Amino acid sequence: MKHEPIPSPAGDTREHLIVIGNGMAGCRAVEELLARDAGRYRVTIVGAEPLVNYNRIMLSPVLAGEKTFDDIVLNGLDWYADNAITLLSGDPVVAIDRAARTVTSRSGLTLAYDRLLIATGSDPFMIPVPGNDLPGVISFRDMNDVDVMLAAASRGGSAVVIGGGLLGLEAAHGLTLRGMKVTVLHIMPTLMERQLDEAAGWLLKTALEARGQTILTGADTAEIVGAGRVAAVRLKDGTAIPADLVVMAVGIRPAVALARAAGLDVGRGIRVDDHMVTSDPAILAVGECVEHDGQVYGLVAPLWDMCRALADGLVGAPSGYRPAPTSTKLKVAGLDVFSAGDFSGGDGAEDIVLRDASRGIYKRVVVKDDRIVGAVLYGDTADGNWYFDLLRKGESVGDIRDALIFGQAFARGGAAADPKAAVAALSDTAEICGCNGVTKGQVVSCIARGAHSLDAVRATCKASASCGSCTGLVETLLALTLGDEVEAGAKTMCKCTSFGHDDVRREIVAQDMRSIPEVMQKLHWSTPDGCSSCRPALNYYLLCALPGDYVDDQQSRFVNERMHANIQKDGTYSVVPRMWGGITSPKELRAIADVVEKFNAPMVKVTGGQRLDIFGIRKEDLPAVWADLNAAGMVSGHAYGKSLRTVKTCVGSEWCRFGTQDSTGLGVKLERATWGSWMPHKFKIAVSGCPRNCAEATIKDFGVVCVDSGYELHVGGNGGIKVRATDLLCKVATEAEAMEMCAAFIQLYREEARYLERTAPWIERVGLAYIQSRLLPDDDARAALAHRFFHSQSFSQEDPWAARVAGEEREIHAPMARFQPVGEMA
Amino acid sequence: MTGEWLDIGWVAEIPVRGSRTVQVEGGDDIAVFRTGENRVFALLDRCPHKHGRLSQGIVHGGAVACPLHNWRISLTTGEALGEDKGCTPVVPVKISGGRVLICRASTLKAAA
Ligand code: SRM
Ligand SMILES: Cc1cc2nc3c(=O)[nH]c(=O)nc-3n(C[C@H](O)[C@H](O)[C@H](O)COP(=O)(O)OP(=O)(O)OC[C@H]3O[C@@H](n4cnc5c(N)ncnc54)[C@H](O)[C@@H]3O)c2cc1C
Ligand code: SF4
Ligand code: FES
Repeated sequence: MKHEPIPSPAGDTREHLIVIGNGMAGCRAVEELLARDAGRYRVTIVGAEPLVNYNRIMLSPVLAGEKTFDDIVLNGLDWYADNAITLLSGDPVVAIDRAARTVTSRSGLTLAYDRLLIATGSDPFMIPVPGNDLPGVISFRDMNDVDVMLAAASRGGSAVVIGGGLLGLEAAHGLTLRGMKVTVLHIMPTLMERQLDEAAGWLLKTALEARGQTILTGADTAEIVGAGRVAAVRLKDGTAIPADLVVMAVGIRPAVALARAAGLDVGRGIRVDDHMVTSDPAILAVGECVEHDGQVYGLVAPLWDMCRALADGLVGAPSGYRPAPTSTKLKVAGLDVFSAGDFSGGDGAEDIVLRDASRGIYKRVVVKDDRIVGAVLYGDTADGNWYFDLLRKGESVGDIRDALIFGQAFARGGAAADPKAAVAALSDTAEICGCNGVTKGQVVSCIARGAHSLDAVRATCKASASCGSCTGLVETLLALTLGDEVEAGAKTMCKCTSFGHDDVRREIVAQDMRSIPEVMQKLHWSTPDGCSSCRPALNYYLLCALPGDYVDDQQSRFVNERMHANIQKDGTYSVVPRMWGGITSPKELRAIADVVEKFNAPMVKVTGGQRLDIFGIRKEDLPAVWADLNAAGMVSGHAYGKSLRTVKTCVGSEWCRFGTQDSTGLGVKLERATWGSWMPHKFKIAVSGCPRNCAEATIKDFGVVCVDSGYELHVGGNGGIKVRATDLLCKVATEAEAMEMCAAFIQLYREEARYLERTAPWIERVGLAYIQSRLLPDDDARAALAHRFFHSQSFSQEDPWAARVAGEEREIHAPMARFQPVGEMA
Repeated sequence: MTGEWLDIGWVAEIPVRGSRTVQVEGGDDIAVFRTGENRVFALLDRCPHKHGRLSQGIVHGGAVACPLHNWRISLTTGEALGEDKGCTPVVPVKISGGRVLICRASTLKAAA
């Protein structure tokens, strides 16, 4: 179908500008042009949507019922009429003929242009899973999508939103307000990961869950199911979530089909220069459909800058587009989320973090060379624009650095810019500790009465004892009241927190905290994601507090526990299979010998813990080595873990002329009962058959020395850096009692010792009498401890090697890619 | 494929706050890190101290703690942080459409 171009109106000799796309960038470009030189071009706008120009970003409030379509119209029909713009709406352009300089629309109209502006925006990305084209599966891009959602919501039922970014969360919010039961599926571990850090993402998730949404992170969609209409979404892990409506908000792709078909230079978007001119000088492009200097865009602020540069070029006063940092806000009523610039930290960058758990606030400003380079705000975004302004202007914040995080009012408050002076200026009735309602006057008088350290203040008037957000204020008050006499308190866990290990453990249990980001938020961590000291400790404390519930964070584990083998100085690993109680068999020995030969292990050695250690295994070969050992019935010996290591035994009554009890048998039973458990530090057990003590039970964490009348149970020994002989805990008559005592002792250690504190220093710190008071007089209390140990064991006694052999975490053993300088990438 | 950049895979293949390696025949591996903020960096997989495999360390903030003796190495500059002194070569990284690209010239240098 070939139509003749529609001729220009008689007598109008102006150049004809055709705009493809009646959206935000296309119309803004025309507005900019009109503002510069209203009469210069004859303008025609061709739009696919059957509507006038509206504010796309306000579709979210329309969905949520806060606005109507009329409220969000940017340019009504009168604007087109007043400016003599021809609008052809509901009729998309289907072809561009660059040689003839015409465009053709779906209805068959052919229009001739002198200048063409492509502003086709983006296409929503539909993940390529079966069922993604079923009725009831839609995107969130235009007014039509909103109408479909509103119609679905009017019937009630469940909605699944795929995508936990800005768009997805706004869709989920709107649908929730419209009465649907909403589940958000997000493939990444935290929400809005491109705009928010983990801490803010966690707060957001918690807040949305409190509003009744179900948020599944790490959720990978496999399929959308339904007969003729969507019925459910199935995840790769098999979970099926019923759905009457599925909204896909997983991302957008620049709409380039038209430009590509016309032979323009197209990368991810339509390539333009600084003046928004494409590879054809007669054709311009603007908005989300373009690629400028390798970048594509998904927010309006940069598009406005593009429109200015474009209009300047069209009227012969070229200025050129320069990308600038962007900021984002989530448009969900009552949830204040703001992010701007680059908050990835990096070199020389310093994080200033303020957390206020009782008010649900997290603020993080990233400063580099005295300039703000990024910010993430949650809960209180009032200063977002101020930070963003400082960021864009690149203003030095050196002189207000200390007060920066408290916001513009405080930092710009003249004398108050010195936090010390600000605290001194507070009245006596000013509240210092919100959690415990403690005023400045009360803190000062408690210091005056002898509380000369942070701990002492926490213990006497409770200020800063709960969430710790006022720790800085209390420390300032100590300094103001005492000058140099402030006493250093107990050691904090690390530089990321003002709390010690015991405080953190207590609060995790008291406040029922369930994840590392939650602990960091509620206890006011001063860094965004902790450090290599606190992360492993928090991971252990949570694991201990929530057996079976807590999802272990692999990235918070030291390499040996992540790889389930011991790293060596050359980067290879050593592998130690368990040999229960030091006993082995021809089958096991043969399997070990075979592994040594098959994988060319340079050494195999008898360890000091009565078993064999295979050295020099490459990370890539570990799963294969384990598979061979598993096949002979052997499991991980945890020679790498803060966990049960070995149970050394001697031959005992079965063979030895002095043996009083079956020490070998008891050792094997103890090892079978206690292996796999995660502990504050490594834990070693030994059982000797008589007081000659050939298994060296009196330098073990838990040692049993068999005697004629029963079993002497010893605790707190250490043969390492500082040798310590055990203390005698008690004597029992039967194996069963010895087993129960061992379990109860381990659980007490697991629940109360500090991370990386072995039993020897722990007992020196708390005293043997304390341990005895918890384990001996009260049978029920001891049984309860043992019960908690076995409950937690029910989740941890699975061979981690077998899991890896079966494919779990397969990728961490394999390189991501291989590079051969000659043959290039393999 | 002989551009300036080597395509080594999807960002999603690297665990958040973790790392993967690229094997370079005849040379040191390249360690590719992904931070909590979803930034991707690459360094030679060799600690300036005693050649520990940085890829096996704990990633926190914009740094990695070496698994052998806990030096902290900046992911952006490769420099040891704090009191320690030393530097590991950095391999420039670019992300495009979710793919991780590393600089070819630096990778070749690593192999040399
Ligand atoms: C392999 C082995 C030496 C050997 O060839 O015999 C060994 C090897 C290491 N020991 Fe040990 N210890 C070994 C038995 C011991 C013993 C003897 C024992 O268990 O009866 C002790 C003294 C007893 C004790 O722990 O109280 C021992 C006290 C230590 C210490 C000091 C612990 C302390 O609390 O003072 C460390 C350092 C640490 O854990 O922080 C250590 C650390 C190490 C590490 C893990 C060093 C490291 O961090 O890389 C070595 C790992 C080598 C590897 O890759 O496998 N190793 N180590 C023994 C393995 C036993 C096993 O089968 O699992
Ligand atoms: C629900 C929602 C919320 C958002 N919230 C925010 C926010 O808070 N902040 C922010 O900065 N950004 C937000 N955005 C993004 C913002 O809306 C876009 O960046 C902006 O609309 C892009 O402008 P554009 O002109 O390039 O594309 P569009 O506004 O999409 O305009 C393109 C137009 O071209 C039309 N078209 C396409 N092909 C053809 C064709 N062949 N012929 C004729 N017409 C065609 C389309 O139908 C469309 O009307 C949001 C987006 C959505 C969908
Ligand atoms: S004694 Fe020292 S050198 Fe020997 S294995 Fe133990 S930690 Fe290593
Ligand atoms: S080798 Fe890295 S810290 Fe020693």
